[in-house]
Amino acid sequence: MTTAMVEKYKAFYRLLNKTSRTLVDRRFRQQGQCARGGSAASGLDHRPDAVVEQRVSYLGCPKRGLWTSARASLPSFVDGGFARDYPMNRCRSFGSVAGEIQRSSKFATLNSDDVAHFKEILGERNVVQDERLEAANSDWMHKYVGSSRLLLLPKSTDEVSRILKYCNSRCLAVVPQGGNTGLVGGSVPVFDEVIINMALMKQVISFDKISGILVCEAGCILEDLISFLDNQGFVMPLDLGAKGSCQIGGNVATNAGGLRLIRYGSLHGNVLGLEVVLANGDVLDMLGTLRKDNTGYDLKHLFIGSEGSLGIITKVSILTPPKLSSVNIAFLACQDYLSCQKLLLEAKRSLGEILSAFEFMDSVAMDVVLNNLDGVRNPLAPTAHNFYVLIETTGTEESYDKEKLEKFLVGSMESGLISDGVLAQDINQASAFWRLREGVPESLQRAGAVYKYDLSLPVEKMYDLVVEMRARLGKQKVVTMIWFEMAILLYI
Amino acid sequence: MKIMVAVKRVIDYAVKIRVKADKSGVETQNVKMSMNPFCEIALEEALRIKEAGLASEVVAVTMGPKQSIDTLRTGLAMGADRGIHVEATGDLFPLAVAKLFKALVEIEKPGLIILGKQAIDNDCNQTGQMVAGLLGWPQGTFASKVVLDKEKQEVMVDREVDGGLETLCLNLPAVITTDLRLNQPRYATLPNIMKAKSKPVKKYTPEELNVATNSDLEVVEVTEPPKRKAGVLVSSVDELIDKLKNEAHVI
Repeated sequence: MTTAMVEKYKAFYRLLNKTSRTLVDRRFRQQGQCARGGSAASGLDHRPDAVVEQRVSYLGCPKRGLWTSARASLPSFVDGGFARDYPMNRCRSFGSVAGEIQRSSKFATLNSDDVAHFKEILGERNVVQDERLEAANSDWMHKYVGSSRLLLLPKSTDEVSRILKYCNSRCLAVVPQGGNTGLVGGSVPVFDEVIINMALMKQVISFDKISGILVCEAGCILEDLISFLDNQGFVMPLDLGAKGSCQIGGNVATNAGGLRLIRYGSLHGNVLGLEVVLANGDVLDMLGTLRKDNTGYDLKHLFIGSEGSLGIITKVSILTPPKLSSVNIAFLACQDYLSCQKLLLEAKRSLGEILSAFEFMDSVAMDVVLNNLDGVRNPLAPTAHNFYVLIETTGTEESYDKEKLEKFLVGSMESGLISDGVLAQDINQASAFWRLREGVPESLQRAGAVYKYDLSLPVEKMYDLVVEMRARLGKQKVVTMIWFEMAILLYI
Repeated sequence: MKIMVAVKRVIDYAVKIRVKADKSGVETQNVKMSMNPFCEIALEEALRIKEAGLASEVVAVTMGPKQSIDTLRTGLAMGADRGIHVEATGDLFPLAVAKLFKALVEIEKPGLIILGKQAIDNDCNQTGQMVAGLLGWPQGTFASKVVLDKEKQEVMVDREVDGGLETLCLNLPAVITTDLRLNQPRYATLPNIMKAKSKPVKKYTPEELNVATNSDLEVVEVTEPPKRKAGVLVSSVDELIDKLKNEAHVI
């Protein structure tokens, strides 16, 4: 190898180092102490985490990642000696700095002039400093409490814009808040951020009966939208246990999944447009109502799931599917986790297009619900079942769907995938089954203090986590819920 | 002893019903139909009596168009042993149903008939009483508790009446209609659903049973109740008095 080549090689190596180091720096910077948090039933625990990328170089390790691809582009004769001596291995480790957050001094403190200014923008009634502030400062699980001294209730996009413009000029920290039903503390202030609650922006702006496109303000409560659409013969593409209080703006900001994700897909697919107010007060009108629109960059996707860190969503344009009349629900019992996974695969294969929900609970979760909620009973015989699965189908033909579901269930029973099951015979029984599943967060709250984690793991490994946690903490304390292979909610 | 239970296919209790534009009835197309809740309770009671060893067989009976068989299948899935479907198109009013029941009783000879107190679509609350009248059997309606005594061949029925609870002792054979608080119906489990497919269902028509189903009653018009008017905020006591006097005419 000539000196020139070695030099070229070293230069290339330095370049690789430089790129990875930049990556490390970027991630180390603390993020998101102002505008944070939307609200919905699911969300990431976003206490600022530092993602550390370390370059660990040591001899003899299997070469992978960036190094391998870089090596692949080098001429083969270089490979011979040099490369093997400087392998580079990229490791990622995650650290949480939850306990060490400090209120940043760059944010100003609220004073009476600010309050007066807000009263000028919103009027006396919608600037709140009384007992409603207490409720707004605390999250649904009563785990996180902020110390905000001001709650604002804007009624229009213009008011939101003026509030944010003012806060930006004064460098006042802000937290957008919707229904405050989030379970991970994303909708409440960390310190004394001004809370901007969207509850008064609850108008439905328009609904196109042919295409099913609904345009509404961000403060509309999900259940109200569902009832409105019900009269029109349509249904919202998402459904959550918190639908009585959660707002559509929050659902979009947290990219809520919910019970019907398996059927209608995520909000990234269903939201057609947004109107967002950015942190400096600029109104970004991306409120398209076209099913397909390739003009320019599709910025709305940045805001979906941004948890209020990029702007406040004020209007949503969403595609709603038609309401199908035939809904069937089965509540099943499985012996082990492997059967549950196989059942999921079998359900997707046999039920195909009519499958609309697949939910899973373990026996500990069932016990918590039965012990803490009124008016619920176990639909299956009280013999010990390890896992419970709820399957819902939605289609157009009652008898055809029921036959298909029965055939699938009978087949699964005969092949031993399920040990027992019941089929709901009317809507009341169906609601009773859903109550069991949707009532888990509520019953857990009544049972005691809860630590909730929303985790994504490969499906086969999911339940191992529960077994492991139980071994460490003791059986009764760990409860799980899995939403259709998307995530596992681990309640401790 | 055989128990006969009447089950009816009605619009599901939780559905928001709409009146048809021509006011001839209620919209039933594309609407979820299921078993009348009171009939579920009746069937549950019959099954419990059978499980207690006091009856040998539970027969579920339904009357109506072809689709009523679904409700019968639900009944069989809950645990009934046999089904009878009287296929009749057109509206069946309670008197016709009672006459058909009488004809079936002469064939089947049950020791006890249990029905729901009323159907949630017409709210008639007549069929059970008419059946008992036509057969000349004692009746215990609005039952909230049923205790069967096999040796004495009698049944003690607690009835929910306006004044409270009334307890009657009926000689068998008897007719019982069930009220809401009698029991909580069971769910249809998969093993039972599988077994239900092979349970026999006998079909009859009103002609075979020699019953005329034409009725003296005719539904003239069906309208929705008037929508509740929104409340009005008044700004002073004088205005309130004025409205009470001149608009509501109560003072």
